[in-house]
Amino acid sequence: MTMKQSEKNILPVMMPPRARPADKFRLKAWHGVVLAFIAVVASIPAFAAADPTRASMFEVLARWVPLLLKGFVFNVIISMSAMAFGTMAGAALGLGQISLNPWVRKSAWFTTQFFRNAPWLVLLFFAMFLLPFEIKIGGMTIPLPDWLKAMFGLSLPVMANVSEIVRGGIASLPSGQWEAAESLAFSRTQVLWRIILPQCVKRMLPPWMNLYSILTMATVLASIVGVSEVMTLTGQALAAEGGRSDLLIPFYSFVLLLFFIYCYPIARWTVRLEKKFAVIN
Amino acid sequence: MAWTDDQPMVSIKDVHKSFGALEVLKGVSMDVMKGEVVCIIGPSGSGKSTLIRCVNALNDIQKGSILVEGQEVNDPDLDKLELRKKVGMVFQQYNLFPHKTALENIMMAPLLVLKDDKVEVEKLARQLIKKVRLEGKENNYPGELSGGQQQRVAIARSLAMNPDVMLFDEVTAALDPETVNEVLTAIKELAQDGMTCMLVTHEMAFAREVADHIYFTDRGVIVEHGSPDTFFDNATDPRTIEFLGQIL
Repeated sequence: MTMKQSEKNILPVMMPPRARPADKFRLKAWHGVVLAFIAVVASIPAFAAADPTRASMFEVLARWVPLLLKGFVFNVIISMSAMAFGTMAGAALGLGQISLNPWVRKSAWFTTQFFRNAPWLVLLFFAMFLLPFEIKIGGMTIPLPDWLKAMFGLSLPVMANVSEIVRGGIASLPSGQWEAAESLAFSRTQVLWRIILPQCVKRMLPPWMNLYSILTMATVLASIVGVSEVMTLTGQALAAEGGRSDLLIPFYSFVLLLFFIYCYPIARWTVRLEKKFAVIN
Repeated sequence: MAWTDDQPMVSIKDVHKSFGALEVLKGVSMDVMKGEVVCIIGPSGSGKSTLIRCVNALNDIQKGSILVEGQEVNDPDLDKLELRKKVGMVFQQYNLFPHKTALENIMMAPLLVLKDDKVEVEKLARQLIKKVRLEGKENNYPGELSGGQQQRVAIARSLAMNPDVMLFDEVTAALDPETVNEVLTAIKELAQDGMTCMLVTHEMAFAREVADHIYFTDRGVIVEHGSPDTFFDNATDPRTIEFLGQIL
């Protein structure tokens, strides 16, 4: 009552949100150089203790780099194929979660929850040991190599997470979009494919990329089940060098660096997309 | 029994509608003849929006009957898509499709639902854009248009289906005062062209001007109805008088 009109007009809820301080720290290429330098310095004590007659750890590392890179490419291939497979299955499952048929809806929901709340490593073990090493269709024998089984095992949690991304993306649209389209006599399929999904895809993209990043880092789990990816090869290289302890840090640092170089740009890009889409709607 | 246009185009009889335990419509009846403009007014929460949303089966009803051109809406075997081809609807929040331009918004339903020829549909859409006075905005996205402009695109989008009845659910309630009139003008012209309209509105002067019939609802029932002059000047029900006293 005692407030003046001008004071009433500046209720906190009416004010625009305060701009957040600009994101000052961003990793640049030279940060990577610094990280590599720190890794080297950290390994100096082991280096100093080494026998000078043996090859230096950098010479050793340089010798193994081509093989390790090949292993890493394999990780990338596993991650991409698991993502592709998981996305297709997950999209179907996500659409199942909004089905009008209660049985479809409930089983899709259950499948999603089951695989979303299961440890990735356990799913990987299941895939490795439950899938046969080859399948016979008619007269044809299709071999199932370990990496294919690993790909399948990793695509299960991806599927469940994509399912939730799809369901959440669809639910995030205002119901008015459904109502407007239904009022224009669109069928449910038309509403979904012509109106709802084209708008959702943009919103689903950042969490989907995030998931891909997480999946890529999880591909090293395949080393536990014996797939010849970068971690397995690193272990084998170290063993071939006679288990020299001074090599542990440079080798594993190298693997870390590979993943960082691959995943960090994806993370930055995701943040950019999130910011871009946050303004719309 | 075939429907003929001397019978009501929309015939609502003793409609009951509940959301869970909350009964929002408690036996509502009204008839709308072809070419008639009916305004439904009343305090918020009185069930007026729910009522017109039942006409195109966006909401189902628990009891009663709604006939649209003789077709029963309260029927589990109802072909909703056929019904909705005849009944256009415009919403308070416009609900344009944000990923499509104004012209595409108008063209989508005739193309996808009626499967009309693209050249013809585009011609029709451009005519409708002109009709709602939005020439030059054909290729703008909804986000680039003002509320009033968006609402006029929404009206044109509904008209593109060539409906027999148009439902307007508080279509000016979300607009800036200065853009209300452009939308009301579009509706008025539509009414003058002979379109059958059911409007839920809070624009009393507008209701008085365009309506053939006014219904006043309160707490799920129709309290009073009549011609605009009788309704606004000679209301008899105390709830109507109280409402009009607050609003006029």
